Amino acid sequence: MTEQTTRLVLPSHIEAVADAAAAATDFVQNCGLGEELAFGIDMAVREAVTNAIVHGNQEDEAKKVEVTFNCLEHALEIEVKDQGEGFDPSAVPDPTDPANILKTSGRGIFLMRTFMDEVDWLARPEGGTKVRLVKKF
Amino acid sequence: MAELNIRERQAGDITVLDMDGRITIGEGSVALRSAIRRLLEEGKKNILLNLAGVGYIDSSGIGELVSSYTAINKEGGQLKLLSLTEKLRDLLTITKLLTVFDAYETEADALSNFK
Repeated sequence: MTEQTTRLVLPSHIEAVADAAAAATDFVQNCGLGEELAFGIDMAVREAVTNAIVHGNQEDEAKKVEVTFNCLEHALEIEVKDQGEGFDPSAVPDPTDPANILKTSGRGIFLMRTFMDEVDWLARPEGGTKVRLVKKF
Repeated sequence: MAELNIRERQAGDITVLDMDGRITIGEGSVALRSAIRRLLEEGKKNILLNLAGVGYIDSSGIGELVSSYTAINKEGGQLKLLSLTEKLRDLLTITKLLTVFDAYETEADALSNFK
């Protein structure tokens, strides 16, 4: 398979989440992946981009979110970069813990980890956070 | 077309919301929140969400379901879910929210379980 890459630069408003998801759907199809993987990838991309826009860039229109899709030989790799103040994923409590079950937020990272094989965060030297999502096939 | 269409009907003192579309951050979540708030303001506290037409929900939408549940309980009402799609059921299972929500396969079963 030929490796493919798509890169998006999105404004920091909520409507851009749907644009990222639409691009993910197209990329998953072009990458030859089936419907059973598409749902989870779509979900993970939505959550990562939502976090980047809302928590990372704080919906600051002056800041951008960059999404890169890479179709590798046996994996789909997605990177979402924001220009925010940084993020500590270990500080997010387990949303399935009975103490947190009725919280109205805090499930995005859990869903990303549920649907992807690898999820990791990196502080970018130039500022902001990069989340890397990998789905193997 | 709106992201989430909500049609309201009454079954005795129970309000059924037939929902069609997506409950995601932005328009879909706001539509659900607005509908629940309006019903509570009108004193309609027993609410059945028919989710047969909802094929997609994100963490914001899940949060909105939880928010609806707690708001209705606070007012002494009940929220129940009807006709979860397979994907929605899976999501509520992995988030352990099926231990919180009452979910039913048939409307008759759901309606008969309101107290």
